[in-house]
Amino acid sequence: MFENLSLKLDKAFQTLKGQGKITEINVAQTVKEIRRALVDADVSYSIAKDFTNTVREKAMGQNVLTSVSPGQLMTKIVNDELTDLLGGATSPIQLQGNPAIILIAGLQGSGKTTFSGKLAKHIKSKGKSPLLVAGDVYRPAAIDQLKVLGEQIGVEVYTEDGSKDPVGIAENAIKHAKRNANNVVIVDTAGRLGIDEHMMNEISNVKKAVQPQEILFVVDAMTGQDAVNTAKAFNDRLDFNGVVLTKMDGDTRGGAALSIKSVVNKPIKFISDGEKMDALSVFHPDRMAGRILGMGDVVSLVEKAQQNYDEQEAQRLQKKMRRNTFDLDDFLKQLQQIKKMGNLKDLMGMIPGVGKAIKDVDISDDAFKGIEAIIQSMTPLEREQPDLIDGSRRKRIADGSGSSVTEVNKLLKQFGEMKKMMKNLNKGGAMGRMNPAAMRRR
Amino acid sequence: MGIFSFLKKEKSEEEVQKLDQGLEKTKSSLFGKLSRALLGKSKIDDEFLDELEEILITSDVGVDTTLKIIERIEERASKDKFINSTELHELLKQEITELLVANRRDDNDTSVKPYVIMVVGVNGVGKTTTIGKLANKFKSNGLNVVLGAADTFRAAAVDQLKIWSDRVGVDFVSKGMNADPASVAFDTVKHGQEQNADVILIDTAGRLHNKVNLMNELSKIKRVMSKVIPDAPHEVLLVLDASTGQNAFEQAKQFTAATEVTALALTKLDGTAKGGVVIGISDQFKVPVKYIGVGEQVNDLQVFEPRSFVDSLFSEDQ
Ligand SMILES: Nc1nc2c(ncn2[C@@H]2O[C@H](COP(=O)(O)OP(=O)(O)OP(=O)(O)O)[C@@H](O)[C@H]2O)c(=O)[nH]1
Ligand SMILES: Nc1nc2c(ncn2[C@@H]2O[C@H](COP(=O)(O)OP(=O)(O)OP(=O)(O)O)[C@@H](O)[C@H]2O)c(=O)[nH]1
Ligand SMILES: [Mg+2]
Ligand SMILES: [Mg+2]
Repeated sequence: MFENLSLKLDKAFQTLKGQGKITEINVAQTVKEIRRALVDADVSYSIAKDFTNTVREKAMGQNVLTSVSPGQLMTKIVNDELTDLLGGATSPIQLQGNPAIILIAGLQGSGKTTFSGKLAKHIKSKGKSPLLVAGDVYRPAAIDQLKVLGEQIGVEVYTEDGSKDPVGIAENAIKHAKRNANNVVIVDTAGRLGIDEHMMNEISNVKKAVQPQEILFVVDAMTGQDAVNTAKAFNDRLDFNGVVLTKMDGDTRGGAALSIKSVVNKPIKFISDGEKMDALSVFHPDRMAGRILGMGDVVSLVEKAQQNYDEQEAQRLQKKMRRNTFDLDDFLKQLQQIKKMGNLKDLMGMIPGVGKAIKDVDISDDAFKGIEAIIQSMTPLEREQPDLIDGSRRKRIADGSGSSVTEVNKLLKQFGEMKKMMKNLNKGGAMGRMNPAAMRRR
Repeated sequence: MGIFSFLKKEKSEEEVQKLDQGLEKTKSSLFGKLSRALLGKSKIDDEFLDELEEILITSDVGVDTTLKIIERIEERASKDKFINSTELHELLKQEITELLVANRRDDNDTSVKPYVIMVVGVNGVGKTTTIGKLANKFKSNGLNVVLGAADTFRAAAVDQLKIWSDRVGVDFVSKGMNADPASVAFDTVKHGQEQNADVILIDTAGRLHNKVNLMNELSKIKRVMSKVIPDAPHEVLLVLDASTGQNAFEQAKQFTAATEVTALALTKLDGTAKGGVVIGISDQFKVPVKYIGVGEQVNDLQVFEPRSFVDSLFSEDQ
């Protein structure tokens, strides 16, 4: 069901091959494929149409250089155009005003309360003194939820138990903030539908009453075609300042980002990418474009690797590789390092070209499990000196790890080959280049 | 009276209206549009298909399923030689309805007791709320219900379910926040069995389907229940949010892999989102959609009816 755009484009571009110029005729099929792929990534139907029309115009008549294929040229046009549309002028969130007031709005379950907590934490880390306001008087335990988050991050939460009046709560919270020298007030609100007149009036009234410096619209990155309706409904009533895309730690392509940007033309100011309070990121239009297009995100891959790779451990292992004293225990540690960097398939999917190749391959994180079990069934001495492992030891290891002697043999053979390879690499000096630490320095 | 006999209950006038209101809000005159595209023609042409494509895609049906529907329509139309637009509409609705898998289980089956339902899904789709509503339905049918608070992770998740259990007036098992969710599920099923409960509903923490560890945890929660009752859980209900786009496919795939999903619930249909993605999911994974959520209140749950759902995709009036 989920076909990668790059895969689709590759296919579509084949119709362009061997033609020197992009013309109306040879571009038609490609444009159709791009449109379809965008829709598959949840870009709104009509916006995908407009977008591909623009791309078609830009592409028309362009000479295909001998050094690039028409396909590559089209990819570049699509990617640049998308990055342009997603990006554009952005402004940091407004924290002047005493106190500065930030109003959080969005559909049910989009991630408003969680984001409110994250934003408070972020603002606090900048030396400000934020106050969270529990303005959701409807959802069961909404107030408790915000209180728990406030406690976690050490930020005060203003609540009025029993009140059913979000406007009053917000007004009182601001008075409270002034008395207590809180210089930023973040008002969490109940989830609401854009077509719920009563609830939309309520939030408009909150806006009128407290005149926020900043209104943020929080939207789930997994949203489909409805993103345009909802974004427009909220923008019509609130004229919000920016968008927060949540649940970006999932594998959604996130076409809603393009739909929303196109419909309301407001900047995407934050990315929420996890349930924990520090999972907040800034938005990168180029990465988002790559994600929507399914083109692989090299930058993210490198960063992810850097974040989780234990540098000292890596250097120790490398030294061992260079001296050719790398043993099975080291191998086990290395597998564990790789696993720490995240879901294997996700990691590999971020490498351009690989995503396509492993699209239908089932790579679970259990891929290493069998290997780990075998190594763990060896004695320390055996791990250090695999040559010691004779027939009877192999049998014991197989039994201990719930595998077969054949599998043990296979692992030992592979390890032997790996060591040989390392030896050769050492000679060629390639190891330095494979070192993540070296990558970062570049 | 059978355990699930409320499923057979006729919808009240008000309930029907509520669904219609939600589902009809955005798409005005879809069939009007289709009809115009068809005006004075005796066969399906590109204009009609383009209109159809737009209606389906903007309802989140997705490209592949839309193409499948269009193919089937073209085939049927050429065979059946339809003439007027009424016939074509009917045919179209039939074809789409057929993609939606019918409920497999006999919902009047009272032999299984306690009947254990595990509720799963990504973050914020409406799992806990759906459990509250379901508990109420079961209870108003005279059944003994127990809720298990196996979301021990999200802030105030246990409080939230507790409030629902008080609101509805049903039994509630919890081991507090941060307890091992599998052990909560185990205790709940055990408690339900001892108390001679009819239905046990297990709430789980929202989790994104690409997080391997969390999905493994879910498999474990499921496994543990079968230590008390070998067939438990009897139902694994995957909750999908109607506003979710094509990512719902991946959700269905991964949750099915981890827990063998047996039924779907589609929430938030009272909004402008159409939830059309369930058509392809039901078709591909052969699971029925059982319930729909049409609001935040305790009565805002309905039994899914494929035909009304398909009607609403094409509903005409504002
Ligand atoms: N994985 C992931 N989960 C998130 C993210 N943001 C929020 N969540 C989860 O999504 C669910 C809903 O989040 P809330 O913050 O309660 O959403 P809300 O918009 O306040 O919901 P209502 O107040 O009911 O409208 C919770 O389970 C959160 O933990 C995110 O970026 N990634
Ligand atoms: N409009 C509408 N809102 C709903 C519906 N079902 C649930 N909600 C709302 O959606 C929000 C999230 O619902 P929850 O039941 O907390 O969702 P959940 O899946 O348990 O969330 P997590 O446990 O955080 O993953 C709440 O604000 C609910 O009131 C529905 O059918 N319609
Ligand atoms: Mg909230
Ligand atoms: Mg919940």
